[in-house]
Amino acid sequence: MEEEAAHDVAAHGASGGIQIHPMDQFIVRPLFGGDEIHWYTPTNVTLWMALTVLAIALLLVVGTRGRNVVPSRGQSVAELAYGFVYKMVEDVTGKEGLKYFPYIMTLFMFIVTANMLGLIPAAFTVTSHIAVTAVLALAVFFTVTILGFVKNGTGFLSLFWVASAPLALRPVLAIIELISYFIRPVSHSIRLAGNLMAGHAVMKVFAGFAAAAAIAPFSILAITAIYGLELLVAFIQAYIFTILTCVYLKDALHPHH
Amino acid sequence: MEGEIANMGQFIGAGLAGLGCGVSALGIGNVAGNFLSGALRNPSAAAGQTATLFIGIAFAEALGIFSFLVALLLMFAV
Repeated sequence: MEEEAAHDVAAHGASGGIQIHPMDQFIVRPLFGGDEIHWYTPTNVTLWMALTVLAIALLLVVGTRGRNVVPSRGQSVAELAYGFVYKMVEDVTGKEGLKYFPYIMTLFMFIVTANMLGLIPAAFTVTSHIAVTAVLALAVFFTVTILGFVKNGTGFLSLFWVASAPLALRPVLAIIELISYFIRPVSHSIRLAGNLMAGHAVMKVFAGFAAAAAIAPFSILAITAIYGLELLVAFIQAYIFTILTCVYLKDALHPHH
Repeated sequence: MEGEIANMGQFIGAGLAGLGCGVSALGIGNVAGNFLSGALRNPSAAAGQTATLFIGIAFAEALGIFSFLVALLLMFAV
C-alpha cells in the first residue's frame, strides 16, 4: 500500500499540476535520501515525534525553571496542564489512581502536543498514523490488564461477571463484556488516528478546491473554520484518549461493578 | 477482481460507508442534546458530569470512525 502511495506521489509530481491528493500528507518518507525504510531510518514521523518531545520538554522543564510564586506565562500553562490532568485522574480513578498519574500525564502531553504540532502548515501529524496510536493504546491495554491481575488476582475476572444482573443473563453478558474488553485497544487507537486523519484530509480537500478561482473565497473561509474545529478536535481527542485510559485504569483497580 | 465493475463497487461501497459517519453524528447529537436537557434542569450537577459526556460522545463517535475507516480501506487499500 505504501509503495503504491509513493508511486502516486511520483505521478503527481511528474505531471507538475497543482493537484494534491488529500492523503499524500500522511506518507512516511525517509529524511535523508533513498526510499527504503528500516526500523532505524530517520523519517518525517521520527522527526516530528522528536520535535513533540522537545516541545514538551521546553514547556515543562524550561518553562517552569523559574519556580515563581507569581508564574510566568510558560509556567502557568505548564501548571494548568498539570492541574488539569491531575484533577482528571483524581476524579475518575480516585486516590489510588494517583500513583499512575505520571504515565497518564505523559500520554496526555504527548498526544496533545503531537496533535497541536500537526496543525502547523506543512507539519506531519504523528498521531494520524494507526501505527503510532496503536502502540499507545496497546501499551495502555497491557498495562491495565497486567495491573488488574497483579492488584486483584483472579478477582479481576469479576469485571466480566456482572453480579448485579439476573443469573440467567450473566453468561451472555460475560461474552459481551469479554468482546468489549478486547475491542478496547482497537477503538482506543482508531478513534484518535481516525479523527486526526479525517480532519487533515478534509482540510486538504478544501485546499484543493481553492485552485478554482470561482470558489476560492468560499474554500478559504471553509479552511479557516475547519482549522478552528481541528484545534478543538486536537485537544478533545487527547482529552478523550486520556480519560478513557483513566476509566480503564479504574476498572483495573476496582473490577467489581 | 479487475475492471470497471469492481471499481464502481469500490466507490459505491465507500459512499455507503460514508452513511455510517452521518448516523454516528445522530448518535453524538443525541448524547449531547440529552446531556444539555438534563444539565439545564439541574445545572449544579452538570459540571461533575462533563467527563461522562465526553466518554459517551467518544463511544458514539468510535463507530462512526470505524465506518470512515471502512471507506478509507475501500478507497486506498483494496
